[in-house]
Amino acid sequence: MDLLEYQGKQLFARHGVPVPAGKPARTVKEAVEAAEEIGYPCVVKAQVQIGGRGKAGGIKVARNREQAEQHAQAILGMDIRGLTVYELWIETASEIASEYYASVIFDRSAKAPLVMLSTKGGMDIEQVADEDPDAIARLHVDPLLGFQDFHGRRLAYEARVDADVVRGVGAMLAKLYDTFIAEEATLVEVNPLIVTPDREVKALDAKVTLDGNALFRHPENAALRDPSQEDPQEQMAKERGLTYVKLDGDIGILGNGAGLVMSTLDVVAQAGGSPANFLDAGGGSKAEAITSAVEVILSDPKVKAVLFNIFGGITRCDEVARGLIEAFDQINPTVPFVVRLDGTNDVEGRALLAEAKLPNVHAESTMDGAAAKVVELAKAAA
Amino acid sequence: MSILVGTDTRLCVSGITGSEGTFHSLRNRDYGTDVVGGVTPGKGGQDVDGIPVFNTFHEAVDKTGANTAMIFVPPRFAADSILEAEDAGVELIIAITEGIPAHDELRVFNTLKKNGRSRLVGPNCPGILSPGKANVGIIPATFFKPGNVGVVSRSGTLTYQIGNVLAQQGFGNSTIVGIGGDPVPGTDFIDVIGMFQDDPETELIVMSGEIGGDAEERAADFIAEHVTKPVIGYIAGFTAPPGKTMGHAGAIVSGSRGTAKAKAEALEAKGVRVGRTPTEVAQAAVALLGGAS
Repeated sequence: MDLLEYQGKQLFARHGVPVPAGKPARTVKEAVEAAEEIGYPCVVKAQVQIGGRGKAGGIKVARNREQAEQHAQAILGMDIRGLTVYELWIETASEIASEYYASVIFDRSAKAPLVMLSTKGGMDIEQVADEDPDAIARLHVDPLLGFQDFHGRRLAYEARVDADVVRGVGAMLAKLYDTFIAEEATLVEVNPLIVTPDREVKALDAKVTLDGNALFRHPENAALRDPSQEDPQEQMAKERGLTYVKLDGDIGILGNGAGLVMSTLDVVAQAGGSPANFLDAGGGSKAEAITSAVEVILSDPKVKAVLFNIFGGITRCDEVARGLIEAFDQINPTVPFVVRLDGTNDVEGRALLAEAKLPNVHAESTMDGAAAKVVELAKAAA
Repeated sequence: MSILVGTDTRLCVSGITGSEGTFHSLRNRDYGTDVVGGVTPGKGGQDVDGIPVFNTFHEAVDKTGANTAMIFVPPRFAADSILEAEDAGVELIIAITEGIPAHDELRVFNTLKKNGRSRLVGPNCPGILSPGKANVGIIPATFFKPGNVGVVSRSGTLTYQIGNVLAQQGFGNSTIVGIGGDPVPGTDFIDVIGMFQDDPETELIVMSGEIGGDAEERAADFIAEHVTKPVIGYIAGFTAPPGKTMGHAGAIVSGSRGTAKAKAEALEAKGVRVGRTPTEVAQAAVALLGGAS
């Protein structure tokens, strides 16, 4: 789960990471009130999860009430690379002497947290890594030991930060590591980390990704929302406990098991089609889950044909067939379905479908054949 | 021979009294696996269809000589259960549970590595099947028979799909190992591929990977250096958009890293044949082994 900048900064503040004072706002009125409270100059920042907000005009300095109002008006509702701005973050303007970069990453390859520090802040760090890898100091932390003061010193000296802020930067890294562990994040990134003219170290931005599997231990984080990322189908699927990812195409996909569904998307694409979604109905899917999943898939108006690709292990093909028959009873779909049932109770499942004589449902016995068929049907409907 | 599980397996199931735990423990026993006990705190002294239940792993190991654990408890209890099994000296721990917090997995992985006495397979995996010998987990055994193809996979149903296509071509399996779809698997491709290389029964290795992380790329390097047996690869997720978790917690393209294309290219660069579909994997197997064994 990716947080907005202000949500990340609010988490930082809880763990003692220095951040500029600020307030979130959802309307122009709230933004002006926040600016008045914070004082001028302040910065009006668009809250969307995408880089290049400043260049797109989504970050503006306000020197008085009129400017705060103007900027809030201009930025709210703005489209930044496909994302609509629904929220603003108004914060005290900071004076900047130096811009650094700091992050703690869940390094799945090394199976340890990776802490990185660079004096090349304010730029795309992947680009820095490519062009000047020595400009980034890196250190893996033994998760059983935790972050020690010497880790902070070592990184600060290796990154060659200004000598008078070695201690401050080290303390900042320790607090970012605390945040990473305490909030069960998979990414905590600050770009830029700034040094002010009076030598204070502050997080001027915040990019935080939380582990969705750990949210049961962090109910306050589970409630955080990003309206610009919310998609109606994904919301509906989430409420129904289904694993769904919206894609761009017109062929609805349902399968059981994440790997098989990913593979199904690939096989459909190879057959010349374009999948509309990823939907894993899960192991042991019962009839109701299938009905519910069909409703989610068909709520996307782009869908012209649907492919069911089931390989029954724990999932029983007769249950899937019953779910599909139930779905047809309830919602009477107008698009064609291609159904491939293989594995546990496949013969029973196919017999149930044949008996039900559902309109415009095509049974296929192989994954490749089913993909070819659904692509043909989607093209005919386009 | 086979790897990891076989006729020597003495299995103890954590969460045996839950409905899923009971169902699969009994299925594993029906298959011929020696299920010697179960652990559910507070239910010690009871039994599940004759299988004795203990309060702790330590007691279970003392009384039954269990050498393999299967973890079937909900995600919030799973890390603790794995650590308990390890502390009790169980050599092989197979974690089926999906949804364990990533930081728990990090702690578990590093603790097991430091102590160096137990191997974890999973979490979020379907388990391990050595056809004709033992089944530990939820793999539907009916599709598989003994043979010479070793399979290692990050995905359950995709394993069944590929295994089924192989079976239709007449191939059987030495062992099928699900390493799971989470970001911190206890056992990686290279561990299992190394075991298949040393297993006399295995003549062909099939590895099924997916987007996210770099386990497939590291496997490619390992294969080039250490593996003389033929390996066929499959990678799922060519159409996955960046930044989206595709069902498995570990299946995510981060920026430009972890793509299916990069993985397939890394394997092919080291001479591993990569099938573009599960069907192509089976066709490649036929071509390499010259028909059914």
